[in-house]
Amino acid sequence: MTDTDTKKSLLVEAINWNRIEDDKDLEVWHRLVNNFWVPEKVPISNDVQSWGTLTEAEKTLTMRVFTGLTLLDTIQGTVGAVSLIPDALTPHEEAVYTNIAFMESVHAKSYSSIFSTLASTPEIDDAFRWSRENEYLQKKARVILDFYDGTDPHKRKIASTLLESFLFYSGFYLPMYWSSRAKLTNTADMIRLIIRDEAVHGYYIGYKYQRGIEGLPQEQKDALKDETYAVLYDLYENEVKYTAALYDEVGLTEDVKKFLQYNANKALMNLGYEPLFPNTAAEVNPAILSALSPNADENHDFFSGSGSSYVIGKAEATEDDDWDF
Amino acid sequence: MLSVQDDTMQGSSISDVSTIVYFSSVSGNTHRFIEKLGRPAQRIPLYSTEPPLHVDEPYVLILPTYGGGNGRGAVPKQVIKFLNDEHNRSLIRGVVTAGNTNFGAAYCLAGEIVSAKCKVPHLYRFEVFGTPEDVMNVNEGLDRLWQQ
Repeated sequence: MTDTDTKKSLLVEAINWNRIEDDKDLEVWHRLVNNFWVPEKVPISNDVQSWGTLTEAEKTLTMRVFTGLTLLDTIQGTVGAVSLIPDALTPHEEAVYTNIAFMESVHAKSYSSIFSTLASTPEIDDAFRWSRENEYLQKKARVILDFYDGTDPHKRKIASTLLESFLFYSGFYLPMYWSSRAKLTNTADMIRLIIRDEAVHGYYIGYKYQRGIEGLPQEQKDALKDETYAVLYDLYENEVKYTAALYDEVGLTEDVKKFLQYNANKALMNLGYEPLFPNTAAEVNPAILSALSPNADENHDFFSGSGSSYVIGKAEATEDDDWDF
Repeated sequence: MLSVQDDTMQGSSISDVSTIVYFSSVSGNTHRFIEKLGRPAQRIPLYSTEPPLHVDEPYVLILPTYGGGNGRGAVPKQVIKFLNDEHNRSLIRGVVTAGNTNFGAAYCLAGEIVSAKCKVPHLYRFEVFGTPEDVMNVNEGLDRLWQQ
């Protein structure tokens, strides 16, 4: 065959959004589009005064946390989400990954707008140097990148889901902690937007992973499951060291570890696996949960009868025209 | 996909007059939680081409929260359709929701909306497909609820 023949034999398909093979693609696309945001809309400069009330150690910690998050979002935006595109089973799945990749780049840029608003250039450079030289941060980046470089599409999704749903949380803890103490509240608002995005990404990639391995022979499924728990545990041990390197000085390491376990469990569940750590939700600092989700600390265990202030929901938003009874 | 481990089943042997009605998308997380409860349950159909579900006995509704921060689209369309049937709506006794605290203010919002619209308690919330503690709490809670 000549080159021209080869080219003629390759049909190029246009994406048809009127013929959806997996409804989840369209649903998640809509959700991501509805959640779209840009950092320029969040008034970070209102946090300048609050930033001034932090101690030097607290400022250093905050800067380092954000450079760590920047590194993860850089990986996910330029390598991770992009590496999933060739594995996509439907053209709509490809489109969702391009949206995810773009949003990760928006996130990476958001941290820069926090830096430039709150800190000086030497402080920013120092924090980036710390990230480059921190062995635990480098290790987690390396573990994930090795999965992305490999040949197994399922393992890429495992790595991606663990990154989206677990590895960010040693960093996300801190702005939630500041928010619970009424500090850096605009920064926290922006981080909550990032957390919401990552939650949809982790859910979707985990779902695609489950669909992808559905038809595999049982031995292969078992091997992937074993590998997921093994790599999660490896990453968890590394996260604990990374957490200690960051938070020991302010005495928050133990509190962050509970939050890591809670999110590790949800990352596993996104992949369809049972949680690893026992009853973590009950052990997460309620102030952090409440900063994450304003109604998370309300007692909804109506069954137990232990709720002190149960009220029927006040929400009265009208959903839809047919929601009118 | 989504196999259920037998050792996590919390099957209830009491004769349940009342049932669970639930909705689960193709991701199957809520379906998986229902399987773990091991109680009689009826699923609200996913597609409008399927026959609609009609119920004739009191039930607790279990559903996931859809949608993002602004609350729009929090309740799945299929559930709205089911509750717009007045007879179905008259039999609801409570609502349990699945969600994720990482959705922020939208965490389990569907349960808040159904609770307010139908004037029934929002009984319980769990994340993704629920932990073993969630399965135990909901099963014990349902046993007590139906004994009342």
